[in-house]
Amino acid sequence: MEEQEQAHPRYILIFVILLVLTLAEVGYAFLDLPRIVLALGLIFMAVWKAVLVAMYYMHLKYEPRRLWILAVSPIPLAFILVLAVITEFR
Amino acid sequence: MSQAAVATMDRKPMPGMKVYNMKLGMWVFLLSEVMFFTSLIGSYLIMRFAHPDHWTDPGVVLNVPLTAVNTFLLICSSVTMVKAFSAIQNGDQKGLKNWLLATILIGASFVGIQGIEYAALSGEGFVAALDGYHAVGRGNPHEGPSLGGPLYGATFYAMTGFHGAHVSIGVLCLIFVYIKALRGGYTEDNLAGVEVIGLYWHFVDLVWILLFTIVYLI
Repeated sequence: MEEQEQAHPRYILIFVILLVLTLAEVGYAFLDLPRIVLALGLIFMAVWKAVLVAMYYMHLKYEPRRLWILAVSPIPLAFILVLAVITEFR
Repeated sequence: MSQAAVATMDRKPMPGMKVYNMKLGMWVFLLSEVMFFTSLIGSYLIMRFAHPDHWTDPGVVLNVPLTAVNTFLLICSSVTMVKAFSAIQNGDQKGLKNWLLATILIGASFVGIQGIEYAALSGEGFVAALDGYHAVGRGNPHEGPSLGGPLYGATFYAMTGFHGAHVSIGVLCLIFVYIKALRGGYTEDNLAGVEVIGLYWHFVDLVWILLFTIVYLI
């Protein structure tokens, strides 16, 4: 079943989800909500879209675990980089 | 050595990685790109927290509808790219060429629309220069009050400009791959070039998804 899905991942379904999320983002950005609620919602949708692209279009879902580890390795480093510099303004 | 033998050798996995070298190399390159764009996004966030008066609400200065269309185009190009890869996986040479051409055209359209956006914004005083900055907002008369500050313009052009450069380089690489595809350079057993440029292209799309949210919507 997984092999069959790997041969024909649902590219169009993912495209539709990405499109709907993009439209939802644009609509949500202009709602009259507190700034923090808007920002968190938008970041959630953007990360969701980014994960879909990485998992299905970059085929990360079907790659060996070692490549997975390699692929996520810069994420903690990225957080450290941003947090380390943000503290300069505290 | 035959072309097929060379292709098989190129796809030989790195010991312990289970992924062929060319693909592993592209992934390592993309990880360095993650850190590059993190430095840009991180700098942007820090400057925005430190100088909130330099920014405006979404859609006041930047053209969100036009950029939403551009985002749609880039997402479409990811679909056409993955379709090109899927076609050559199935040995469909015609499909590979058609989907690659579609990806090139859509990618070039993205860069073109970004150029149009830049021209319109700079015409409205939204520039990256400290002295010349006088953003009046969309559709406002030029003598109106300035909105935001020069940090807004500088960070906007730095982030979207570097991304646009990546898209442009991607389009050039895709043209190279397309020419090779026209000459029958890819087969079911020799598709590493298509897969590797696909990874780069999807990464560029992924970065734009984040930039669109951070720069235009928040």
